[in-house]
Amino acid sequence: MFADWPILSLTIWLPIIGGVLVLASGDKSVNATRWTALAISILTFVASLPLYSSFNSSTAEMQFVERAPWITLFNIEYYLGIDGISMPLILLTTFITVFVIIAAWEVIQYKPASYLAAFLIMEGVMVGVFSALDAMLFYVFWEAMLIPMFLIIGVWGGPNRVYATIKFFLYTFFGSVFMLVALIYMYFQSGSFDILAFHDLKLGLSEQILIFIAFLLAFAVKVPMWPVHTWLPDAHVEAPTGGSVILAAIMLKIGGYGFLRFSLPISPDASHQLDWLIISLSLIAVVYIGFVALVQQDMKKLIAYSSIAHMGFVTLGFFIVFTITANPNIETGAMLGVQGGMVQMVSHGFISAALFLCVGVLYDRVHSRDISAYGGVVNTMPVFAGLMVFFAMANAGLPGTSGFVGEFMVILASFRADFWYAFLAATTLIIGAAYTLWMVKRVVFGEVANDNVAALQDISSRELLILGSLALAVLMLGLWPGPLVEVMDASIANLLKHIAVSKL
Amino acid sequence: MPFEMPSLIPVLPELFILTMTCVILVVDLFLKDEQRVISYGLAQVSLLLAVCIVYLTSSSEAEVIFYGSVIRDPMGDVLKVAVYLISAGAFLYSKDYLLDRNLFKGEFYVLGLFAVLGMTVMVSANGFLTVYLGLELLALSLYTLVAFDRDSIAGSEAAMKYFVLGALASGMLLYGISMIYGATGSIEFQPVAQAVAETGMDNMVLVFGLVFVVIGLAFKFGAVPLHMWVPDVYHGAPTAVTLFIGSAPKIAAFALAMRLLVNGLEPLHADWQGMLVILAVLSMALGNVIAIAQTNIKRMLAYSTISHVGFILLGILAGTSKGYTAAMFYSIVYAIMALGGFGIVMLLSRRGFEAENLDDYKGLHDRSPWFAAMMLLLMFSMAGVPPTVGFFAKMFVLEAVISVNLLWLALVGVFFSIIGVYYYLRIVKLMYFDKPVDNTPLTAGLDTRIALSVNGLMMLALGMFPAAILSLCAAAIGSA
Repeated sequence: MFADWPILSLTIWLPIIGGVLVLASGDKSVNATRWTALAISILTFVASLPLYSSFNSSTAEMQFVERAPWITLFNIEYYLGIDGISMPLILLTTFITVFVIIAAWEVIQYKPASYLAAFLIMEGVMVGVFSALDAMLFYVFWEAMLIPMFLIIGVWGGPNRVYATIKFFLYTFFGSVFMLVALIYMYFQSGSFDILAFHDLKLGLSEQILIFIAFLLAFAVKVPMWPVHTWLPDAHVEAPTGGSVILAAIMLKIGGYGFLRFSLPISPDASHQLDWLIISLSLIAVVYIGFVALVQQDMKKLIAYSSIAHMGFVTLGFFIVFTITANPNIETGAMLGVQGGMVQMVSHGFISAALFLCVGVLYDRVHSRDISAYGGVVNTMPVFAGLMVFFAMANAGLPGTSGFVGEFMVILASFRADFWYAFLAATTLIIGAAYTLWMVKRVVFGEVANDNVAALQDISSRELLILGSLALAVLMLGLWPGPLVEVMDASIANLLKHIAVSKL
Repeated sequence: MPFEMPSLIPVLPELFILTMTCVILVVDLFLKDEQRVISYGLAQVSLLLAVCIVYLTSSSEAEVIFYGSVIRDPMGDVLKVAVYLISAGAFLYSKDYLLDRNLFKGEFYVLGLFAVLGMTVMVSANGFLTVYLGLELLALSLYTLVAFDRDSIAGSEAAMKYFVLGALASGMLLYGISMIYGATGSIEFQPVAQAVAETGMDNMVLVFGLVFVVIGLAFKFGAVPLHMWVPDVYHGAPTAVTLFIGSAPKIAAFALAMRLLVNGLEPLHADWQGMLVILAVLSMALGNVIAIAQTNIKRMLAYSTISHVGFILLGILAGTSKGYTAAMFYSIVYAIMALGGFGIVMLLSRRGFEAENLDDYKGLHDRSPWFAAMMLLLMFSMAGVPPTVGFFAKMFVLEAVISVNLLWLALVGVFFSIIGVYYYLRIVKLMYFDKPVDNTPLTAGLDTRIALSVNGLMMLALGMFPAAILSLCAAAIGSA
């Protein structure tokens, strides 16, 4: 019944308009502002639920399509629609935002209305990125995302926030302007900015390679891939908890989404030609960044590097498809790789969000992110310690948690491609476990290290609600990933069929 | 030879502004100092009435009068309305500033209106001589306005510099015009274009003439390497005058380029395209890089203007009607952005204090969240970040450039705009991330506050609905 309703527009504009209202209401009655923001975020989440319940997972067609002319002179349209690839990410966005709002409750005392408003506006814009089917509309949302995040890190961030946020902005801006040129170029080839028309556009190999590189600049910065990842640890360390959560849980996914929506279908031959590049970069991210994470002293930095390593799995899963399909004896591996990447994105959305929230919980009490400032937290915060250990296990890929599913699928798929890919990818099971569990060991277990830890209070019901819900999500996805895999099945199959056909 | 009096209806807006300027000049003589606001009011009313007159007398057909020296066409109408409205905005913002500095004199409005008249004459010129006439009227008024604060040494110096260099550039332009006249035997655009098309580009005198014309044009735009006057004049002039120079004359400069290069010398497109490429690349590079080193916001905005001019030139040099549309859109949008940017500079200034240094913007978010947000929108718009309108201005221009297979030029453009983002972000950083050093509350009249708010929000509104202005431009250029 919902298929004809403008649900996507609602999910985009409800939080944006709500955010503006929250911003306008100011900091006079902080509690009312918080409740309004929470209500808006919950309403948005509820509004986005029909995207799942009324989703037809048997087709790869775009659903919930809305189309209206926007700038007729350049044939730019307000064109929205989702398929099995974007739908889970939209739900992830609306789901995580609710927790970001709750997590800010008592913690943010400086201009709370602006803080909450920034996140609500972010939410709408990010949903817009996932649902835009017009390239220019996509680009507008893509860039618009930077402004609230720039302010969030810069206004509410840590001591080195200005450096971090300007670096964040310039890196991402640098990446994306070249994508803009590529999009305009394709507009002249196809006559419109319709992304689906771009998919069917015939392009020569050299054109494809240039377009692929332009997209790569944009998406690799966003994912981020080694060697353009250096903004991420800085941004994560300085960002307030909510900012880190959104960055890790959703903004990084936008890069991965970009590969699936643009790079692969628009320039399949270039992707095929250059897949060695992406695979190498992904494996470097998995192995090398994993080792970098091992030596971090700062918990947020550690999780940031772990995010880069995990996102390496995503890009690996997406780009091994060419090696697998090139092998005539193998039927199903390609599907597994892309699906694994997608599952990994959603799962990492939950786990990294939860881990950053865990660090936030500790930081709010002790005001330090250094691992050495803690020790024996389990003695004073048993409930919290249980949850944190759970999320750490999930991050390390413990079977039964969502972290396992994605990693396992990608490793399986990469075995089909090449033994050494799989071998290197599988080292993450060791390195990942090493850096996560070692951190947990030093922070959570052992004797009470100092007076600060001795004075810790266990988590409040608010924090329990957030972490508990995320734990539930991680567990559900880990035990029963079926529904998630099912909704994207048709779309991924269609994507693979599409990229198997050369455009040359 | 029978002399027929042509119908004056097509030039009614210019006649009206001229009449009103003279009226204000006389009325002002009889006003006491405290009644000076009457001159201001009259100036504003004349600008708004001129808008109405343009609207009422406009037609979709181009009409050439005065024996081929003046043209009334849709492009001119749109540009004229933009000039009137932006000048009205400039007058509005500068009122409080002038009052605080004892500069609130009738002459400001008389000179301002003469400048407006000059701009509109340029806009509606159909011959080289008419263009020159309008240009000189504008330039002479601006020279005087720059020195308007006669006790300011910086102002007088800037005015001298502007005058000497400006006179030189006008001379170049005139020299170029004389060569073109020599080569083609006419000073009206259509016969010149016809003659050029017939004789082709081999005519050395013609190409020399073109070079001098482009030099004059580049000076008026403030394009590198003829940009030297821009930072000094922007810096030295009273901010109210900087605001005026920085906004509406950019639209006039666009009109100048359209009339001279497109109406008059279109057949030489291949020649002037190369020249404009050099000007555009140098302007974008130098403007954006040097702006980073500035600590004075007026100088910073001056270099930012130079880089924006590079973008406007990109649209013109594409040489397609979509390119002209994009450049026209860009220049109107830029004028609105500059208006708002300098408006904020004046909002922060007060008696005895000029908010000229970047540090004066520290902590604006704590002092006035609303106007910090407006400045934020303006800065992001200048940087070209969606969803503000500045992005679309840049995108349309890039599109025009790519459409004529100058992909490398588009890449150069986006590359320098990345560099440009840095110094706009720095303003945002100062406003939002730093603590205020100066907690004086902002004292601005309600009119300024409302106008500035509208100006800031326009960045967002036009960013969401750029078609509002774009379709006007497209219709005016005739590409729709």
